[in-house]
Amino acid sequence: MRVPYSWLREFVEIDLPPEELAEKLTMAGVPVENIVSPRAGLEGVVVGEIRAIEEHPHAEHLAVCQVDVGGRVLPLVTGAPNIWVGQRVAVALEGARLPGGQEIRRATFRGVDSHGMLCSAQELGLDGSLVAPEDREGILTLPPDAPLGAEVAGILGFKETVLELELTPNRSDCLSIQGVAREVAALTGASFRQPTLKVVEEGPSASSMVKVEIEAPDMCGRYVARIVRGVKIGPSPAWMQVRLRACGVRPINNIVDVTNYVMLEMGQPLHAFDYDLLRGKRIIVRRARPGEKILTLDGQERTLEPQVLVIADEERAVAVAGVMGGLETEVTGNTAHILIESAHFDGAAIRRASRLLGLRSESSLRFERGVNIERAAGAADRAAELMHWLAGGTVSPGRVDCYVKKREPVVITLRPERVNYLLGTNLMSSEIKELLERLHLKVEGEEPLRVEVPAARGDLTQEIDLVEEVARLYGYDRIPVTIPAGVVAGEQKSARQLWEELGRETAVSCGLSEVVTYSFINPKGWDVLRLPPEHPWRRTITLQNPLREEQSVLRTTLLPGLLEVAARNANRKVMPVAIFELGRVFLPGRGELPEEPLRLAGLVMGTLERGWSWPRQELDFYYLKGVVEEILGRVRLPEVRFEADTAWPFLHPGRSAALWVGEVNLGFLGELHPDVLEAYGLPQRACVFEVDWEGALDLAGATPVYKPLPRFPAVERDLAVVVAEETAADRVREVIAGAGGETLRACRLFDVYRGEQIAPGFKSLAYALTFQRDDRTLTEEEVHAALGRIEEELAEKLGATLRK
Amino acid sequence: MLQAISELKERAILELSEVQDLEGLEAIRIKYLGKKGELTQILRGMGQLPPEERPRVGQLANQAREELEAALRTARSRLLEEEKERRLKKERLDVTLPGRPIPRGYRHPLSQVLEEIKDIFVGLGFAVAEGPEVETDYYNFTALNLPPEHPARDMQDSFYISPNVLLRTHTSPVQVRVMEAMCPRLPIRIIAPGKVYRRDDDATHSPMFHQVEGLLVDRRVTFGDLKGILMAFLRQIFGPGVGVRFRPSYFPFTEPSAEVDISCVMCQGRGCRVCKQTGWLEILGSGMVHPRVLAMAGYDPEEVSGFAFGLGVERVAMLKYGIDDLRLFFENDLRFLRQF
Repeated sequence: MRVPYSWLREFVEIDLPPEELAEKLTMAGVPVENIVSPRAGLEGVVVGEIRAIEEHPHAEHLAVCQVDVGGRVLPLVTGAPNIWVGQRVAVALEGARLPGGQEIRRATFRGVDSHGMLCSAQELGLDGSLVAPEDREGILTLPPDAPLGAEVAGILGFKETVLELELTPNRSDCLSIQGVAREVAALTGASFRQPTLKVVEEGPSASSMVKVEIEAPDMCGRYVARIVRGVKIGPSPAWMQVRLRACGVRPINNIVDVTNYVMLEMGQPLHAFDYDLLRGKRIIVRRARPGEKILTLDGQERTLEPQVLVIADEERAVAVAGVMGGLETEVTGNTAHILIESAHFDGAAIRRASRLLGLRSESSLRFERGVNIERAAGAADRAAELMHWLAGGTVSPGRVDCYVKKREPVVITLRPERVNYLLGTNLMSSEIKELLERLHLKVEGEEPLRVEVPAARGDLTQEIDLVEEVARLYGYDRIPVTIPAGVVAGEQKSARQLWEELGRETAVSCGLSEVVTYSFINPKGWDVLRLPPEHPWRRTITLQNPLREEQSVLRTTLLPGLLEVAARNANRKVMPVAIFELGRVFLPGRGELPEEPLRLAGLVMGTLERGWSWPRQELDFYYLKGVVEEILGRVRLPEVRFEADTAWPFLHPGRSAALWVGEVNLGFLGELHPDVLEAYGLPQRACVFEVDWEGALDLAGATPVYKPLPRFPAVERDLAVVVAEETAADRVREVIAGAGGETLRACRLFDVYRGEQIAPGFKSLAYALTFQRDDRTLTEEEVHAALGRIEEELAEKLGATLRK
Repeated sequence: MLQAISELKERAILELSEVQDLEGLEAIRIKYLGKKGELTQILRGMGQLPPEERPRVGQLANQAREELEAALRTARSRLLEEEKERRLKKERLDVTLPGRPIPRGYRHPLSQVLEEIKDIFVGLGFAVAEGPEVETDYYNFTALNLPPEHPARDMQDSFYISPNVLLRTHTSPVQVRVMEAMCPRLPIRIIAPGKVYRRDDDATHSPMFHQVEGLLVDRRVTFGDLKGILMAFLRQIFGPGVGVRFRPSYFPFTEPSAEVDISCVMCQGRGCRVCKQTGWLEILGSGMVHPRVLAMAGYDPEEVSGFAFGLGVERVAMLKYGIDDLRLFFENDLRFLRQF
């Protein structure tokens, strides 16, 4: 809502600087988002009237106008098509400077002198939406009563100070200048100036000229019609155009401008029909018939449904109630008689209609939020009065007022102790009464107070609403600050939350940076990941109204997000990439809502460069495997197994593993398939993992139990085992562990060797073994025997030999 | 004889005082105390002395040997000390050479700020709760006093899954879920951090962002308590000097409602581009839980009151770190992430 300061002051006596008033309003819950100050510039641009137009002697598309700029007549050359004698226009005199930086000098156009320039709206810096369509192509036409020689800046509303309010939906009472004025009066103690109306009526009564019927009283509580006869359609006067423009409304003609002006002034949306075009001289407020069509003012044909309320005459719909009028009964230059509609429509109904038609207007906005039903008659009167003065119309006596849903007085009981209980204040009943009376609420009694709410404040319906009004007017800053009882106790994070923390911190300490990616992904990505049609990841939850196709389904894996981040970084030459994300995925569930398990996923790509005393390190499969082991180890997961597995089509078939704890599959780890690398534009091999985080925590270990430290010395032996290339290292370790028995305490693989002395197709795995007993020192014979068993079993089970 | 021992001793001590290294020291030891050393020879030659001289000579020789051994020890430790000094003088590192790097990643700034917010509220006695990101219309709107066709539903443009299911537009549904689960127990003191979604995408809006919801419900909770907790929180996260003001506002699920502003962290309230010259920055929305919301969750609003608040995590992070573009959070450029 834009509130020109000068207009506001018509209704409330204040002389606060706009900044101070804005501060007061903001601190009372009517936030002033911006103060538009009078615009500088446009000096030397004045109102002129075209007195004569001659053709340019040497140029076909130019005209020479004689323009009266107040006391003198100047020759001006223009190429504008929309000029006529008697038109008032904006003349940039010699020396004027336009907002675009252009400086006006006397110029000669093909031999004809021009003592300035006729200006277009754009040249004047006027917002195109505030200009009549026919003026957008040529020069701007000014109101016919704009004084000759006056500065155009004033006529265009540039000299106004305007408060831009960012209203919350509950304060529909402030969607009018008068409403804001009432609020200002309550906040400042200044008095509200109630305007007086003088409607001069004459001729046949309105009720003899039109019948109004409300067939849908659930959606229309009141319909007031007024008739104004014999209007002369033309532009509205300069002062009105200034105010409309300052409020962001485009002037159209004196009738339409009046309806908009009264809406802005009083908050009541109005509509003007061309009375002669209403068939049967009847207004019927009814639901649209199925499939009924209407051509709306914006020139579009719209098909309606019965949940849309229409205004109809005897034969057809002539307006979408509360949203937009119909083109066929629009006020035009030929219109003689006007029917003014000032009605009250149900907010929810208007909201539904407006959404259904994809149409929003100043009118629908106000009805949705709530309009004062009792002001409908006054607004019709005000419009009739203005049409009489500005368009020379004769107002038919009386109104046709169909008021089917009379507003019941709203009386709320307010307990002062309740106010103090909720606010933590100690206000007296009389203080509360005084605060509420500033809002023009009628307050009676003491304990409790009986408060009658005026029709303008439809948002006040229950006790709590009044508690808020008291708090607001008393001032939030004056409410004492306290600390609630029990807060000192402190709380603790749950084990899961702490583990989540630990997981993130561990990933970070392993060199991975945390990323946060969107929960919605591109369904086309599944093909890039080479997923077969029936792959479970493709069973996604789809948004009905995504912003774009690429963000239209909810992720079932974190992988696409990580791939995109990797691609973006690689594309920007930011390497290496080592990232992880811990976040939810969305899987179709059994109930109405999906399941949202947490996943942990990571990606590495590139190399940690060598330094002066350390070698370069590939961020490869084994790096990432180490990271996964570290993270899962930190949350005390029992031993995790990695088994070669080709179940993931987006991974390199020879370099992918399933993660197992016991019989539970927790996820995967592997190098990306070359096709995936290529599709994402990744320049190097990259490795990824994803783990079911909640599944992992289900298996995570409890508090560790202390074991006594060994009291007897350990014996260390190295063992090099030669096995076939395809034998998994884990298998060798298992056999060693099994054969080593209880005294084998550790088995560390420290070398994998192929080459000289090892036959092709074989590899040598070197282990450091640690033997120990808790009850005594091991003898050389015992260690020897254990090594013998290990050797035997390796040979028997794996065909392994020892490398001596 | 006695004379000879005495001279020998003097000579040896003199030599020891001049010895330069451990080999020299060993040579001296052998020369005097070795198997064929001079003093050893003397001691061995004792038998040829007349018996009456033996005790005196023997005593003197033994005494000389002890003195000599002590002098040897002294000389040895002097030499070792000298050698250590020489080694320390020689050994030098260029301490300015870079240390061996330990791989290190970075926490996402949003995750860091979230953690900080959680820690502060946990310290203030709040537990951390969670709720689903895909919500029903009931929990996201209706149970929060936003029935169908309520005009305030327009404040939040939603992503729908079905007519009745949507991506939550705020963390407030967790309030309702927690109250339903807790009712009739008291007190409730929770925060609920998480992702929320709105159908907006431009320089200042992201379709996904993060909020932290807070809820305190108990007997006799007042608006003053709301002010107290939020001021305590804001001073912890933005520093004790931060200015805080409470402005009336409107949320359908709280009443009275308050928008909370802090003094601009960029210009300390003097007025700048970030605060649009007002000196204040909107930082969170809050209010007393609406009686209808309490009642829908099963509590008697006559007996129980509470306050709730919602905080934008991106906003806090932007102000805290001086980040001027929301989109940076979700681009995840590592050059950005490495700054935190």
